[in-house]
Amino acid sequence: MIPELGHVALIIAFCLAVGLALIPMWGSMRRDVTAMNLAPTLAVAVALFVAVAFALLAVSFLQDDFTVAVVAANSNSLLPPIFKFSALWGNHEGSLLLWVLILSGWMTAVALFSRGLPLLMVARVLSVMGMIAVGFLAFSLLTSNPFERLLPNTPLDGNDLNPLLQDPGLIIHPPLLYMGYVGLSVPFAFAIAALLGGRLDASWARWSRPWTNVAWGFLSLGIMLGSWWAYYELGWGGWWFWDPVENASFMPWLMGAALVHSLAVTEKRGVFRSWTVLLAIFAFSLSLLGTFLVRSGVLTSVHAFAADPERGLFILIFLALVVGGSLLLYALRAPAVASRVVYSAVSRESLLMANNLVFTVATVVVLLGTLFPLVMDAFSLGKYSVGPPYFNAVFVPLMALVMPFMTVGPLSRWRDDTAARWLHELLVPGIAIVAIAVSLGFLGKEGFNLWIALAVLLAGWVALGVVKDAWRRLANPGGSLRWRSLTPSFMGMAVAHIGFAGVVLGAVVVTQQNVERDLRMAVGDQQELGGYRFEMLSVGQQAGPNYLADQAVFAVTRDGQPVATLIPEKRRYFASGQIMTEAAIDASIWRDLYIALGEPIGEDAWAVRLQYKPMVRWLWLGALMIGLGALLTVADRRYRTQVQRRDAPVVGVAGVAP
Amino acid sequence: MRLKRFAPLLGFVLLAGLLYKGLSIDPTALPAARVGQPFPSFTQLELTSGREITEQSLSPGPALVNVWATWCYSCRLEHPYLLALAARGVPIFGLNYKDDSVKAREWLLQLGDPYRLNVADEQGLVGLDLGVYGAPETYVIGADGHIKHRHVGILDEGVFDRDFVKYFPDMGVSGSVGAAAGDS
Repeated sequence: MIPELGHVALIIAFCLAVGLALIPMWGSMRRDVTAMNLAPTLAVAVALFVAVAFALLAVSFLQDDFTVAVVAANSNSLLPPIFKFSALWGNHEGSLLLWVLILSGWMTAVALFSRGLPLLMVARVLSVMGMIAVGFLAFSLLTSNPFERLLPNTPLDGNDLNPLLQDPGLIIHPPLLYMGYVGLSVPFAFAIAALLGGRLDASWARWSRPWTNVAWGFLSLGIMLGSWWAYYELGWGGWWFWDPVENASFMPWLMGAALVHSLAVTEKRGVFRSWTVLLAIFAFSLSLLGTFLVRSGVLTSVHAFAADPERGLFILIFLALVVGGSLLLYALRAPAVASRVVYSAVSRESLLMANNLVFTVATVVVLLGTLFPLVMDAFSLGKYSVGPPYFNAVFVPLMALVMPFMTVGPLSRWRDDTAARWLHELLVPGIAIVAIAVSLGFLGKEGFNLWIALAVLLAGWVALGVVKDAWRRLANPGGSLRWRSLTPSFMGMAVAHIGFAGVVLGAVVVTQQNVERDLRMAVGDQQELGGYRFEMLSVGQQAGPNYLADQAVFAVTRDGQPVATLIPEKRRYFASGQIMTEAAIDASIWRDLYIALGEPIGEDAWAVRLQYKPMVRWLWLGALMIGLGALLTVADRRYRTQVQRRDAPVVGVAGVAP
Repeated sequence: MRLKRFAPLLGFVLLAGLLYKGLSIDPTALPAARVGQPFPSFTQLELTSGREITEQSLSPGPALVNVWATWCYSCRLEHPYLLALAARGVPIFGLNYKDDSVKAREWLLQLGDPYRLNVADEQGLVGLDLGVYGAPETYVIGADGHIKHRHVGILDEGVFDRDFVKYFPDMGVSGSVGAAAGDS
């Protein structure tokens, strides 16, 4: 009964979404206030029914209802309850429901927090989001019904959740990532609404900016968690693989990075309007493209869901309608007159334009690499896979290129600046950082390392720029510091930029100084690595709730002092018989020690992989700062006062029903 | 000047065309160099009987050669369908690939044995000659001992009806195979 109720709730949500897609949009064309006023109510109603469907599916999972096909395929009675719950989105059908749930959550947020906006805008934005919801609800109901029953051949127990996904990181990674992916639909909807209204002005940019920052922040956090999970769960200590599905999440992030900056220029200066609207369309289109790549089976990847050409065709048609439609709208309605605002070649606008270009090129580069195997296959030119060498060769220089701008950008003036002033601001920090970089490059054991020196140079340059900027804001000729000038906007930017520097530094150092050794080790064996001594103390077995594990106990010492006891495991899961490597990691800010068990070799001896990974934590801490920085900007008073200010004159038109 | 604004749309149309083409090709389909050629020659032990067998033992065709192993999770999923096929009279030969023969015999005792005989390819040498990519894989060998078709991944009713049934003209309506799978 419960699954049927869930199915009905999903169908009702679909019908309401159709209403949301049509009625307010029609109202906006006819200037019908009643029809437009329905938008927030409908949006909240869609969210309510999707939430009911989601909750009922969760109940089916928690109650081990193996008559439901997705529960039987992805859960097991022995599975710990928290994983029964997260198993809901460890599969195509359930994760699609999560997608829709988060989309309707964003719709509700827009409905609740946009009361100060003109009714026409709110109606159009919510209607566009309603159209997206219609597409995804139809996709779920027609091709991927999560409530399908397995009757009468009901299995006694479920197939179990893939052991790789039985991990705390995977409980929150997909929801965070989807918050980002789906959140990009908000700036998209604002862009489409603005194109429909023919008003691409500063107020449009100001309205869509906080949404963009939040969505992009969540996307950053989601990608960070995915990378961290891959590092400790896949068992070989890599943190980024340029896998097609990783790229699918990374491309919207890169586009989003360009969008976040471009919106700033459009809001403050009213320029780059075409650019910004196009970036908003691209960012969401790329997240739809990611959905297509992951769920259609056109590319092979460790992450891909079960391939199904029928589903692929459905998303492709949906993709064609959404992206094709919005690009057509862009072609017809993009601002006909170039903005009359002028800026010189030496100005903050130009620097942000450079940033836009670099991130757009980076997106194209990743897109080409991801689709290249598909292109070659489509023209029968052979089977290819594009690996890290390509991506590193083109991507690393692009990121290195953008970093010098990151310092000069925030310090420079809008409209017109002079190189002489830049020199005045940055000469001293510049010299200091070159000196630091050169000396730190010698720190490694094997002499001067050019790459580390360059990374320190670029990362330090960005960090010093932020410090200099903060000081400039704080310093007061009167003597006291002006703390209020450190607005959430500025702090968010500062934190994110320093985070970016941290990511770059961590990535370069761990790539350059990583030490890794594959060994045969028996009980009593000792091994020296990166200045640490690893001793294998014992080997034993340990039973988990739904698996049996071989464990090895290692003592790690440095100069005779105990550092850590590490217990890597090799688990065999009962339901699937699948073997999983659980690496043991001793983490700290300057280095990780990483042990993974390979295969048993004879009596009490194991193939063991030992790794010493300096500064690998900086990657995730940096990414965390990028995400949190983006989220922090929303606290800026600007976004709240603007709503209050607008409330008064608009109230007559925008009597928005709650 | 306005035409420039259609550039993103044009780019997207090209991309969509590529993606549409992409849907119809299977990224896991690998070019099978061996299709059309005789089954590579080998001399190996049979898994259960322990007697020596060669490529001549894989006859008479048409028959299936199924590459499997106990370490392969998908093979476990595929197994019931192989049993159903065998029950329908499709000759299936097994290639037990890079596996522990003791575990493999246990597996056949526990799950049932759909195979006429099994090549115990512990070192994966036959698999290497055949160009095996991973388990499971299934090949069709014709009456002439030549390889007619190769499938990478789980063999199920849909795949069999689409790509395999034409090599087994005596099989009749394959829908009944599915029914047999349900019964077993």
